[in-house]
Amino acid sequence: MTGRAMRDPQARYRVQRWTALSYTSTAGAVALITALIFVPAVLGTTITQQLTSLLILVILAVMWNALAGYGGLISVGQQAYIGLGAYGAIYLNQQGVPPYLAMVLAALAAGVIALPVSLLVLRLRGGQFAIGTWVVAEVFALLVVLDQSLGGGTGISLTTLDVYSPSDRQAYTYWLTLGCTVLLLAAVFFLLRSRLGASLRAIRDDEDAAASVGVPVMRAKRVLFVLAACGCGAAGALTLANTLFIETQSVFGVQWSAYMIFIVLVGGLGTFEGPILGAIAFYLIQNQFADYGAWYLVGQGATAIAFALFLPRGLWGTVEGRFHLSLLPVGYRLRPAAAEFPPIQGQVKDPAGARHG
Amino acid sequence: MDWVNAVVQGVMLGGLYALLACGLSLTFGVMRIINLAHGDIAILGAYLVWTVVDHTAMSPFLAALLALPVMLVLGYALQILLLERSLRAGPLVPLLTTFGLAIVIQNLLLQVFSPDVQSLGGNAGVITTASWQITDQLSIPGLGVLILAVAIVTLGVLQLFLSRTRLGREMRATAQDPDMAGLVGINARDVYARATAIAVATAGLAGLFLAIRSTFDPSSGPTQLIFAFEAVVIGGFGSLWGTLVGGIVLGVAQAIGEQINPQYSILAGHLVILVVLATGRGSLLVARGARA
Repeated sequence: MTGRAMRDPQARYRVQRWTALSYTSTAGAVALITALIFVPAVLGTTITQQLTSLLILVILAVMWNALAGYGGLISVGQQAYIGLGAYGAIYLNQQGVPPYLAMVLAALAAGVIALPVSLLVLRLRGGQFAIGTWVVAEVFALLVVLDQSLGGGTGISLTTLDVYSPSDRQAYTYWLTLGCTVLLLAAVFFLLRSRLGASLRAIRDDEDAAASVGVPVMRAKRVLFVLAACGCGAAGALTLANTLFIETQSVFGVQWSAYMIFIVLVGGLGTFEGPILGAIAFYLIQNQFADYGAWYLVGQGATAIAFALFLPRGLWGTVEGRFHLSLLPVGYRLRPAAAEFPPIQGQVKDPAGARHG
Repeated sequence: MDWVNAVVQGVMLGGLYALLACGLSLTFGVMRIINLAHGDIAILGAYLVWTVVDHTAMSPFLAALLALPVMLVLGYALQILLLERSLRAGPLVPLLTTFGLAIVIQNLLLQVFSPDVQSLGGNAGVITTASWQITDQLSIPGLGVLILAVAIVTLGVLQLFLSRTRLGREMRATAQDPDMAGLVGINARDVYARATAIAVATAGLAGLFLAIRSTFDPSSGPTQLIFAFEAVVIGGFGSLWGTLVGGIVLGVAQAIGEQINPQYSILAGHLVILVVLATGRGSLLVARGARA
């Protein structure tokens, strides 16, 4: 290394966030979202409903990935907030709040409820956190069953949406889902780019080391936990709007966690784009193989195991790692300041690969 | 008197939870992982015994003598084929793989045995109906006493095994410092596999008594995992006798909840856990960590 670079490393490297590719893909994402707005008008009710289901899966996967991939928090209890979002919307609607407003408020309420819960479960680590969140989900399910006005254990419908015609209703639900997806993706995006995002990744890699250099571990985890609860609450309320009927057993069911884990593992744990890719893959696989019943679920579990063991970065993470692709600028790259100092062979090994995050 | 009865029933239910929990506690103590398929493995054990009973009409207790060695082998294989690789891949991976395994086991059981609810209560003979009538309202069921006794014996044997035998000492050494244990000639791979084998066998034993005491179906596993986890948290992670205390506290809480209203039974158990976590006693216990 040259003397000048030793004295002043910043002259040798510059930090890069945006690349030509990420400009292009961000523009592409904006164009895609704009195009998605017109789906109900162009493609009809059936496809709109299917896309709504897909977007709900995207929300769930992004939220679970935010917890596990960036916070190192493996939750098997996010169904708590899915259920709270759905039943919260029913409850608020029963109190006279218009249905779509009730859904938004219920998602926020799920986040508010997650705050005291986080005081309990964030004391736990690893597997204890995983089952701890699950116990919390069971508690909420049992409490909801006790309330007869919420249908007890038999389920309940959101009847007030009947004032809209089916195609209008589906379009409104879709637009709300699209809005929530974009909002939550943006929230995760900006969270990761913030100082807190760097803290979170430090915690994920080594919690004790992060704490020892002054990273506010608890606060960072709590922000993430509450955001994930809001997102899952929104997904629950939107599932209710999409299917019009919910049942305690299924909306608080641990199968949601199985879906989220599968999607994120296949797509790419700890990558921004992975869960989106995984959700699309999951949706296609489910449509193709769901008829096989239990065998399909056996395959789903086995695939999750295989990805965890053999392809831990998932599909997207593997592609990204190999080709240094990053469609959206959530990380940093160190680039040699090429104009002044052309990289010298053998000194800077794979400069483009020196990417963090 | 109803309340005394509830407490007595709860204590005996605690025996079953302790049996469920000791394997979970052992795996955590030795390898620092939580096997999220533990409950489903217990149900797998129940189905194994049920299959033998169904084909041969022998007593479930005899059938268990055939099933438990199978469970030991399955546990050993589970470690070698799945958990060992997961352990190497980082702290989060064992959780993901065992959760995947739980889904695989549940759905295989569903595919092979149908979703019908089964029980071994009718096959276990006089023990399921025998009871000691203490007063008019208080009777002690023979099965409850048997389960509690089996739990105490199992925990005692495990404790003796860990403290007195060569393999037990190797297990504790590996739990404390696998690298150092390796340096003095302990094969950590083998020690881990034996620990998992024992944990899986105890889960099978718990499955046997669960099947005799009540009913089971392919989806019963997760609930059993949660009960086992709760017993371990209340009793203190990694402490074997603690799981007996934890199991009994959980059993009594559920029985008292049930006495108030049958709907409160499981909720009462969960609330005990939340209180344990909220008061910080839980984190203290967790922090104290594992002395297997």
